Amino acid sequence: MIDYEQLGLKAGIEIHQQLNTRTKLFCQCPTHLRKFDEHDKEFFRYLRATESELGEIDAAAKEEMKHERMFCYYGYDTTCLVEYDEEPPSPLNKEALELSCIIACLLGMTPIEQIHTMRKLVIDGSNTSGFQRTALIAVDGTLPNGGKIETICLEEEAAQRVEGDTFSLDRLGIPLVEITTSPCMKTPEEVRQMAGYLGMVLRSTGRVKRGLGTIRQDINISIREGARVEIKGVQDLDLIAEMVDREVRRQNCLVEIRDELLKRGASVNCLPADVTGLFTSTSSTILKKARQILAVRLPGFTGFVGREIQPGRRLGSEISDYAKKCGVGGIFHTDELPAYGITAGEVESLRNYLKSGPDECIVLVAGDKTKASCAAQQVIRRAESALKGVPEETRKMLEGGSTSYMRPLPGAARMYPETDVFPVRIDPQWYAGLPVPELLVDKAERFIRDLSLDPALASQLASSEQVFLFERAVAEGITPLLAARTLLSSVKELARSGSDVSCLSDDDILMVLKAVEDGRAAKEAVPAILEKVTAGMAVRDAVAECAPEVSRGRLEDIVRTIVQDRHEFVKEKGMGALGPLMGIVMAEVRGSVDGKLVSQVLKQEISRHLSATAPGDKV
Amino acid sequence: MHSSGTHGGSHVSSEFRSGDMVLCRHGDTARPGTYITGRDGMAVIKLDSGYNIGVSPSEISLVKRPEITSSPPVTVTQDENLPHLSIVSTGGTIASRIDYRTGAVTSQFDAEDILRAIPRLVTIGHYRARKLCTILSENMTPAIWKELAEAVYQEIRCGSAGVIVTHGTDTMAYSAAALSFMIDTPVPVIFVGSQRSADRPSSDNTVNALCSASAAVSDLGEVAVVMHGTTSDDSCSIHRGTRVRKMHSSRRDAFQSTGIPPIGRVRYPSLEVELGDAAIRRGKQEPSIASSLEERCGLLYSYPGMPVNAVTSFSGYKGLVIAGTGLGHVSTSLIPPVMGLIEEGTMVVMTSQCLHGRVCDRVYDTGRDLIKAGVIEGEDTLPEVALVKLMWVLGNTKDPEHASTMMRSSLKGECGGRSL
Repeated sequence: MIDYEQLGLKAGIEIHQQLNTRTKLFCQCPTHLRKFDEHDKEFFRYLRATESELGEIDAAAKEEMKHERMFCYYGYDTTCLVEYDEEPPSPLNKEALELSCIIACLLGMTPIEQIHTMRKLVIDGSNTSGFQRTALIAVDGTLPNGGKIETICLEEEAAQRVEGDTFSLDRLGIPLVEITTSPCMKTPEEVRQMAGYLGMVLRSTGRVKRGLGTIRQDINISIREGARVEIKGVQDLDLIAEMVDREVRRQNCLVEIRDELLKRGASVNCLPADVTGLFTSTSSTILKKARQILAVRLPGFTGFVGREIQPGRRLGSEISDYAKKCGVGGIFHTDELPAYGITAGEVESLRNYLKSGPDECIVLVAGDKTKASCAAQQVIRRAESALKGVPEETRKMLEGGSTSYMRPLPGAARMYPETDVFPVRIDPQWYAGLPVPELLVDKAERFIRDLSLDPALASQLASSEQVFLFERAVAEGITPLLAARTLLSSVKELARSGSDVSCLSDDDILMVLKAVEDGRAAKEAVPAILEKVTAGMAVRDAVAECAPEVSRGRLEDIVRTIVQDRHEFVKEKGMGALGPLMGIVMAEVRGSVDGKLVSQVLKQEISRHLSATAPGDKV
Repeated sequence: MHSSGTHGGSHVSSEFRSGDMVLCRHGDTARPGTYITGRDGMAVIKLDSGYNIGVSPSEISLVKRPEITSSPPVTVTQDENLPHLSIVSTGGTIASRIDYRTGAVTSQFDAEDILRAIPRLVTIGHYRARKLCTILSENMTPAIWKELAEAVYQEIRCGSAGVIVTHGTDTMAYSAAALSFMIDTPVPVIFVGSQRSADRPSSDNTVNALCSASAAVSDLGEVAVVMHGTTSDDSCSIHRGTRVRKMHSSRRDAFQSTGIPPIGRVRYPSLEVELGDAAIRRGKQEPSIASSLEERCGLLYSYPGMPVNAVTSFSGYKGLVIAGTGLGHVSTSLIPPVMGLIEEGTMVVMTSQCLHGRVCDRVYDTGRDLIKAGVIEGEDTLPEVALVKLMWVLGNTKDPEHASTMMRSSLKGECGGRSL
């Protein structure tokens, strides 16, 4: 068990939530996602790092530029020239601005007087323009743990990676809010809780996107002797605590490695050696086809490069990540050799050639001359930071909760004003008058208190997408339990059995519930009616078909006939016949009469029948 | 030198200067930041996070005014052995940067900035930079065309192997047409710009500039526009200066040849140049210049219901190009005032607002009446090109007969006998 307090864990969250607005942040395109194979346009571009307004180039952007890449983009009939970076942006989407201000209100934040849209340089290909537009909306909010929420920004979503350097533009430009907390969390569990709280606040608006990929967390983590590391794109709340724990371990291992390296007097040789000639007849395919093989010598590093610092990750993995930025496939290092087609003999001749002792770890990089020398420099850079401890980095999460290096932490130099969008003044009166929604946790309590729902059902409802429809149904006179069951179970079961519930509108569902409430259909018939509606039938027809109207008189006739037809059975079982006969009557009325009423009429009829056929009576 | 008239925006006179370190009270905290500018009554502050925000000037206080340090400019090393090229810059998006006064993008780089921004250029040629002006191309004038022609001609005379003219895209086609008529050149004279500003990582300036340099060292020997051929970064088209038009307000491939296909193409990233048969080859023309222009010429876009005085307002002009409808028509009611203009001595040339296709005023009655009135058919010349041509023709000959003949014939490939 790690003592987080002793290690000085500090963590903060950056939460990114897509907004469910009608149109995108800077154009009139819809905000829904497409299937990749529906794309009808493809084009490709190169991106280059540009200087900030203060004349600097951002470190993270420089890193992406090490290896020039061509990016391919998919366009659709739902994307336009703004996504293709072929047209200036429209003014900032008012609906998105209002919604982000509402979220700011919910978090008790102070709005910025005049909002300026910025260009955040991102040249990994995920934005056709090479930047992500973003605007600081409000500052200084509070978390339930007493910690501070630093900022809320309104940003445009990036394009989605199809594979490699190919991106799909359907997602580009969907509005999203970015909420950044201070590093006020001290345990992995606290990070999970705060992320959960922020997610709940966002969902309370009823106007954010739901489902996989619509909310992402970046986590900032450091330990006292470590460094600030930003981990990108954590989608699964349940993995947050695990990821934080693994990062603490990684930083701690790197600190331990540093201490041991220093104790050993380890160093980094800054002059890579050309060892191409040693591998002319190697059976390693990578080395064989490489134009140049460079060796970076790390005296004192033996044993450490291969040391595990996270499940499935070694110091060597970190060095390899840096080298890959130059377009090489990875590295080889003597801690893991002989392997990968490189023989013990080759390792020995390498050591002999370089006159390196057993405590010297040798890292090999291979490629064309430019790539190999770029990769060697990256290896040197990363090995040097191993002597200092933990480098500040942006990392991405891998499956399971480990992480890999992405790029250096970006700085202020990546921000440039978006000259094509006018600044927007926030009117304090308008901000004060924004409709602030009830938090979902408060809703759940109210459901328990006012609607007598049981706590489990109330909390299930509150965390469900259907909660707003539920409230509308109750407001329109539907029994809460009926509404809750229909929305939570019936619809879900329909979906599970393969019906397309996406075509089921809120109004459809409400009409069905009303039919039950008015006695035109039995609640037992709800799934059958909904199924017909999903198959394209109008609600009224579906109700009529599944539950033709049966009057009280007609019901009594049906019940009388059924009881008379089963005279012997009724006589034998007495009131015990009620159960078996219920099924028969319900099948006859096909769900159009509430079970309670059927039971009542049947009970009367049986008892009348029994008394009429009592001994002594004439039949 | 000419300077830019930038778009409006009230400048707040304030006690702060750009670059001042300030404290900005907002929310619960005072945040450090850098004063950027004052605009619309607000102070624009760059926070340490890089975000800019607008705050009331009363909310900020000065912490420190840093010494103004200018970093030494990065010097560009050029290879003497490569073809000597000239860059004549006039401004435009290929070299633009944010203006803190207005927050809008303006052109203010000189040609050397282009070399610094696009290092690969020095692998193609050895450059001599000449800053003619720094204007947005909508502010271009015939007077500057003349200066530009003279500057380009000088560069050619000085032995330049090719001249690159950086130009805003709005009126680039006008300038390219003007230079086409004014100069006979043995070397390529390449107009280039960018549609998406140079301060964005996705700007088309790099591809366009590299392709234009490659075209400038190629076997071409005429005035051309080199701009993106498609929305992708795969090639630039080489357009004849008298056949090109900006056909889209923002797309990279806005420049299109009309009437003829592009005369060549430059592949990217290989920078291979392919020239079509129609392209005039290097060394085919002796250098000469005739830069006189008759500026009293106008261009009138005809429309249904256009009043008579729209035509008569050109009274006193030496020349008028009409962009007529269809085959080259105006309303019958406008024929008498057109005839009046011609009688007063204005040369009237008919072109078509269809842009594609040839004027033919022999098909319908109004057309025949126009011919009878003395209107000259502009063949398949683009309306703007016809305007520039008319200015040049009337500036270089006083003989109306000769002028009329020149207007009917192709001088620089601006019109052709065959519609392709």
